[in-house]
This record gives sequence, C-alpha cells and structure tokens, in this order.
Amino acid sequence: MNGDDLAVRGFLAIRNRFFNWLAEIGRVTILLGDVGRYFVPGVRAMHLVIQQCHAIGVGSLWLVVVVSMFTGAVSAVQAAYQFSTVVPLKFIGSVILRSVIIELGPVLTALIVGGRVGASIAAELGTMKVTEQVDALRAMAINPVRYLVVPRVVAAIIMLPVLTVFADAIAVFGGWFVAVTTIGVSSHTYVLGLKQFFYYKDLFSGLFKAVIFGGIIGTMGCYYGFATEGGAEGVGIATTRAVVASCVLVLISDYVLANVLFRFIFAS
Amino acid sequence: MIKIRGLTKRLGRKQVLDGLDLDIQTGETIVVLGPSGTGKSVLLKHIIGLMTPDKGSIQVDDDELIGMKERELNEVRKRFGMLFQGAALFDSMTVGENVGLSLREHLRMSEQDIHKRVTERLEWVGLKGVEEVKPASLSGGMRKRAGLARAIVMDPQVILYDEPTTGLDPIMSDVINQLIRSLQQRMGVTSVVVTHDMTSAYKVADRMAMLYGGKVVFTGTVDEVRTTKDPLMRQFIEGSSEGPIKPV
Repeated sequence: MNGDDLAVRGFLAIRNRFFNWLAEIGRVTILLGDVGRYFVPGVRAMHLVIQQCHAIGVGSLWLVVVVSMFTGAVSAVQAAYQFSTVVPLKFIGSVILRSVIIELGPVLTALIVGGRVGASIAAELGTMKVTEQVDALRAMAINPVRYLVVPRVVAAIIMLPVLTVFADAIAVFGGWFVAVTTIGVSSHTYVLGLKQFFYYKDLFSGLFKAVIFGGIIGTMGCYYGFATEGGAEGVGIATTRAVVASCVLVLISDYVLANVLFRFIFAS
Repeated sequence: MIKIRGLTKRLGRKQVLDGLDLDIQTGETIVVLGPSGTGKSVLLKHIIGLMTPDKGSIQVDDDELIGMKERELNEVRKRFGMLFQGAALFDSMTVGENVGLSLREHLRMSEQDIHKRVTERLEWVGLKGVEEVKPASLSGGMRKRAGLARAIVMDPQVILYDEPTTGLDPIMSDVINQLIRSLQQRMGVTSVVVTHDMTSAYKVADRMAMLYGGKVVFTGTVDEVRTTKDPLMRQFIEGSSEGPIKPV
C-alpha cells in the first residue's frame, strides 16, 4: 500500500466517522422530538415518573453523600494549602461554598449519576430491546417513548437538582468539619464566610446546570438503550457508550452554560 | 381478512422478503413454515406494523397498514395479540401486571375487573396463582403461557404466534398446541403461527404456507401438505438436507 492509498483510506475513515456522528446527532434529535411529543401523556402516568424518581434519586443518594462529603473535605484542605501565604483563612467558607454550589456540586453529582443511572437506564432498556420487550410494548399499542423514555428523562430532570442540593449541603458540611477539626478555623468564622459571599444567582446557576445535566443523562441512557443491537455484548456496548456520552456532554455543556450564565446573564 | 401483496424487505445485504403474497382468511389458523432465517418472524412483525416494508401492501380487513400514522396503527394493533418467541414478558412487572397492562393502558376498567379478567385469562392458559410471581421465576413453558394470556387479554381478533413451541419439551409443546386450538375454538380468532416444528404445524393448522427465498412457495391444507409432491415442501416435511433447500 503506497502513501496515497493510505491518505485516501484515512480520509474515508474520517469522513465515515464524521457522517456517523452527524447521523447520531440526528437520531438523538428525533428522540428528543418524540420526548416533546409524548411529554404530556408520559407525565400523566405519574406512578411511572415517581418510580423512576425513586430509582434515580433515592438509589443514588448514598453515593452522592459519600462523594460530596469528601469533596468538601478535600476543598477545605486544598483551600487552606493555597491560602497559606496569600489569603486569610476567614475566607475558607466562602471559597468552599461558591466553588461547591456553582461548580463542584452540580458537576460531580452529574458525573456520579451519569455513571450509575446512565448505565442502569441503558442496560435496562437495552435488555428490553434485545429480548423483544420493546416490540411487545409496541405490539400492545403502547408507545415505548411515552411509557419508557419520558418518565426516565423527566425523573432525571427532577432528581438531579434535588441530589445537587444534598450534595451542596453535605460538601459544605464536609468542608466545615475539616476546617474546624484540622485547620483551626472556628465554626463562627467558617459560617461568617459562608454568609458573606452567598449569592442566590450562584445557587440558581448550579441548579439550572443540574436540570440540563439531568436531561442529558436521561436522554443518553434511553438513546443508547434503544439503539442496542445484538445480545449481551450489545447491551455492554450500549451501557459504556451511554456513560461516556453522558459524562462528555455534561462537561461540554458545563463549559457552555458557564459562559452563558456568568459572561452574559449574570455578567454584572 | 389479511391480504398481503408484493411485500419486500431488505435487511442489510440480505433480501429477506421478495414480493411476498399471502391471504389469511378470517377465523382460520394458518401456519407459516420455512427454514431458519427465511423471514417468518419478519413477516409476522410486518403484519402487526412493528416493521415497515420497502415495498408492498398489507390490508387488515379494510385498513391499509403501510403508510399509516402511529396513532392509527395503534388502533389496528388493539385488534391483535402477539406471542413472542421468548414470551417477551416485562421483567420488572409481576405476571399479573404483565397480563393486565393493556387493560390498564387502553380500557377504563376498575382494578377489581382487571384482576378478574387477568385471573380468568391466566386460568384459560392453565396458570393459577401466579399473578404475584415475577417472570424470572417461571419455567419456559409457563412463560409462554403467561405471554399467551397477555396476548389474549384484550379479546383480539387475530393472534400472531412467533415460534410458540421453540425451546419447549415435547409434552409442553403439545400443551401449547392444544392451547392454540382451544383458543381458536373458544374465541373464534384468526391465528397466524410461525414455526419450523412440523409436529406442531400438523396439530394446529387449518392451512399451511411455506416461505422460501422471500416468497410463499406453497400453500395448502394439512391433507394437501401430507400428499404434496412439491420438492421444497417435501424436503422440509421430511427434514432432509438433500434437495432444493440449501442450508444457510
């Protein structure tokens, strides 16, 4: 094989990958359109939404608690180290609070839930697809998007902000615990720092991000679940893809939202 | 009556259905035979609108399925019941919830009436006291029967059976065959049974159709099948590897 052949093959491979990627975006858009179309009848089946809220929210709570606790604790240690010669330690509460509610709380919660729930949704729907359960629903005149996708996407959109509120509170508590017990900051100073630089717009921004992240995780899990082909191997591939896509899209959208929220909407 | 004309479907590089024509009369039990991979299940999925053909037409009574909107198609689907090859019971639900799902979704029935209907249909297929059991706890034969109870719960006019006896022992296969016959007599339904099990075919069929090369190559009554000299049909009945049908 000469250099020209190699270049042509390389070009074709990149082109095919690009078109596959475009096709995937198209299919996700169609799914989102269907979610919009069946949103009202899907939400009307409240018991399904509640069932999914329980699976997504309650099921992820302990994981979120543990990760948030240590996130707050590490933030306190890092802040103390970086402040040591430059910034007074009385600001430690402010720094932990703002970094947690704007960034760490929503993003880490989304990454944890994306890994746990995205995988679980993709595996469940993927197994249903390859065992003809999705076909069975359609044969029973029940739309699978209405019955399976809408409740999961809506539950993820509802539960991500709820979990983020828990994550924020527990991380701030973790930061307080480390600051008071190992760094030598008093409770009064820490709480004063929290109050001094607390802005509602920060909390709103973090929760708004969580809503978007919830939508991404629910949609990706359902999309890759429904796209599953073959047997157990296909389910494994779908699960991995759902987690990777959720995490990558969460980080990309975090950057976009940070720009929109803090450079345009809350710029002043 | 179901009238299928010129049904064509390509999956990847394989021409699965190639201008297939078939008429299914109201109230009859027709068995669609054919070697593995000849598109029997694909045909069944076209009849209930789970797959869209590349070309062709499917008429159910006066309704043309091809080109129908999802909402219209769902109205037609409510007249059908389908037993899937692996039963396709929903793992997350109990057997009772599986059987009652269509009733809860489509009819305004009280929970008491739903429970009554579910129990009745489970009894019709010989299952008692399994309403609260999860499908994973059932044997293969019980799963098929639960799937059948789910397929008949809405009193369908047409029941589609995809390989109803595959994976079952001969005794359980016979139980399923008798169920197919008894349901046909009790409910007066049209039944389309896809199988490659000749024992089952002889027991349940009013008429048989042989699918090969994407087309229906033979149709006839059970007696006509027994006495036919058609080489494709003969090879299939005798289960011989020698003949016009080449193993894939």
